[in-house]
Amino acid sequence: MLVYLIKRILAVIPVMLIVAVIVFLMLRLTPGDPAAIIAGDAATSADIDLIREKLGLERSLIEQFVLWIGNMLGGDFGESFYYKRSVTSMISDRIWPTLALATFTIVIACVVAVPLGTLAAYKQGSWLDRTVMGMSVLGFSVPVFVIGYVLIYVFAVKLDWFPVQGYQPIADGFGGFIYRLILPSSALSVIFIALIARMTRTSVLEVLNEDYIRTARAKGLSETKVMTRHALRNAAVPIVTVIGIAIAVLISGVVVTESVFVIPGLGTLTIDAIQGRDYPTVQGLIMLFSFVYVLINLVIDVIYSLLDPRIRY
Amino acid sequence: MNDPRTVLDIKGLTVRLPKDSDRENAIEDISFCVNAGEIVCVVGESGSGKSVTAQTVMGLNPPDQLTPTAGSILLNGDEILNIPQPMLRKLRGERMAMIFQEPMTALNPVIRVGDQIAEMLEIHTDMSVSERNARVIEVMEDVNLPDAPSMAKSYPHQLSGGQRQRIMIAIALALEPDLLIADEPTTALDVTTQAQILDLIKDIQRRHGTAVLFITHDFGVVAQIADKVVVMRNGQMVEQGTMDHMLHHSIEPYTRMLISSVPPLIPPKRALMTKGKPILSTQSLVKTYGAKGWFGKGRVVHAAKRVELEVRRGETLGVVGESGSGKSTVARCIVRLINPNGGEILIDGKDIAGLSQKALRPVRKDVQIVFQDPYRSLNPRRSVGKSIVEGPMNFGVSKTAAFKRARDLMEVVGLSPNALDRYPHQFSGGQRQRICIARALAMEPDVLIADEAVSALDVSVQAQVLELLDQVRKDFDLAMLFITHDLRVAAQICDRIMVMKLGEVVEQGPTASVYANPQHEYTRILLDAAPGRDVDFTAGVSAVR
Repeated sequence: MLVYLIKRILAVIPVMLIVAVIVFLMLRLTPGDPAAIIAGDAATSADIDLIREKLGLERSLIEQFVLWIGNMLGGDFGESFYYKRSVTSMISDRIWPTLALATFTIVIACVVAVPLGTLAAYKQGSWLDRTVMGMSVLGFSVPVFVIGYVLIYVFAVKLDWFPVQGYQPIADGFGGFIYRLILPSSALSVIFIALIARMTRTSVLEVLNEDYIRTARAKGLSETKVMTRHALRNAAVPIVTVIGIAIAVLISGVVVTESVFVIPGLGTLTIDAIQGRDYPTVQGLIMLFSFVYVLINLVIDVIYSLLDPRIRY
Repeated sequence: MNDPRTVLDIKGLTVRLPKDSDRENAIEDISFCVNAGEIVCVVGESGSGKSVTAQTVMGLNPPDQLTPTAGSILLNGDEILNIPQPMLRKLRGERMAMIFQEPMTALNPVIRVGDQIAEMLEIHTDMSVSERNARVIEVMEDVNLPDAPSMAKSYPHQLSGGQRQRIMIAIALALEPDLLIADEPTTALDVTTQAQILDLIKDIQRRHGTAVLFITHDFGVVAQIADKVVVMRNGQMVEQGTMDHMLHHSIEPYTRMLISSVPPLIPPKRALMTKGKPILSTQSLVKTYGAKGWFGKGRVVHAAKRVELEVRRGETLGVVGESGSGKSTVARCIVRLINPNGGEILIDGKDIAGLSQKALRPVRKDVQIVFQDPYRSLNPRRSVGKSIVEGPMNFGVSKTAAFKRARDLMEVVGLSPNALDRYPHQFSGGQRQRICIARALAMEPDVLIADEAVSALDVSVQAQVLELLDQVRKDFDLAMLFITHDLRVAAQICDRIMVMKLGEVVEQGPTASVYANPQHEYTRILLDAAPGRDVDFTAGVSAVR
């Protein structure tokens, strides 16, 4: 297990290196002077000279890359000339709202979807099954911003149960923090509930036909125990895969949700950075998002081998 | 040793099938009883309702599909048919337990086997964790599993088929039930393992006085362990009686047919072919499977070690062995479905072992193969006619000529030429296997390989398909390579026998002399393990052939 873990962690390095090369070349291969691009339209020639020196543009491409990587490993993602701040500090300011939103969303999605999908499979063909599956088709088809505005209209504007928008840091009180996250997380979780519930249903249905489920019943286990102990764990691998994909997709979904609910997270930062052609910030964000994707994959692989002893790569 | 105490008493049991089935009831008016310390075998072919009977006792039938409509099931004198689920659940495991056919899939793959045994104790008793662990080791030792404490920590995929079936039995016995139901528990196992499991079940029944309801299709197994026999056919009970009665005095034609379908272990007289050049031969055929790991070399499996064989036209060579012996690997190498690592495969003097896929194509038609599972070896979306003509047409035979040949071949294999338009699901297993044989013959091969070709068939059908294979071998002057795990079947059809073990040929010779005077220890073990070997199934009636 330990060897496997080390092997998997080592495999992260080449993947991240490839991403780094692409991100690095993105700026260097753009026609024109990278320093001028980074500095933006309003920059003076002194600004551009400063940037050129900082990036080491007079040196060879390899040296520039090594310098850039070295800076990033030291936590320095460069300087945003658009915001006149270091990218690192901007990201660390904005990461918490996004992290909170993403985590809360995925928790809601799993807590709702896995039991729903399991029940639908157990009661295959019943009204419950058909309702769950019907709702999940609906959940797939409606875009997240529509759900977001509908939720705001119903629960904030009409019923006045929740605030229309905004975010409160956890430091200002846990209750308020969760309270303000409920609407955006619900909006964001709908599509993932649909996705995960469907996958759970399919996967559990398949497992329910297995011989060991019959064995479990022959042992005299109650249906609840048959489902939780024997069916769900064997059905878990595809479900975990989908949850992993959901988390990855979630990161891109966060961009939209954050702008609808005006949450100062990475999503809004990304949009602003792209609109402002703030290359260093975009580069930093891409590196961060890629790292998160790779990390999620790593965690999923490890979870596979914990769930199913037959999986050893 | 018959304890007069009746454990299971089934009276007039009828179970209805869903509306659109081919018959109204899965089983009809079934009555028999099982006493303590007694093994009752329910015998029948597929569709006889034997498994439905067993599952109805356990209450394991899918409730919306199979509904009991009449009769009663008494367990220790108490009615258990249609009692509430919670009561039935309590009885399952405590008073009655069941083991199944497929030990490979009957255990939960993600839970340690010890925990799967302990679960039984956890839900039915209030034992402490340490008491449970002690009992787990105790039952594991009771079913003769070696090194129980460490094996309890294994996962199912780390154990062999026989070991898994022992774990299943340990689960069933954990609470010392009065009734053990065994549904074809040895069908998926190798002969030697089967013999051990049968001994174990018999031993348990003797020591614990358990009543055993044993479901099987194999009269060899029945002869080995039964006290009483119930014969079923198409959901009806044909007859019941003691083992002795069934074997020697039964006059029911169906029972007689079942018994006489067990091929005798004594090979019939056959003229040995010695003249003529071999059409198929291999020299030092080698196949190894090895996983190349990231760090160093993975485990290497020698599936075939320097295998040498020869088959002449009109001759059948049997390759026998247990799972993992390499017999199928040899077959697949000869057809070049897998590539050998070394050695020569000579078809009519031409070495095809190293030929490229392109150079191989013209030779492909000379060697044809029939597989084990007729349900999966025909394309379900293609009419059988199209499946048969596809090969010849690929080799340039015109459509009309190919269909004419297909019609002729359908007659050869005993099917109506008019059935060519039908699809595989419209045929029974035996008929499908005939179609597979016709498909192979359509290529006009020199060599026909039958890879466990009769193993998935019911005994009565098995005998017919064997006869057909033997007939086409004669009529088409084929060299036949007959791969099987079943020594009884091999005795009937093979001129010569080759015994394989772990990739190696341990013995080779004319069938009659190998059976009468086995030279290798392993051959002797295999022959001894054949179920019911001491019973003469041909007594009183003429044999199959």
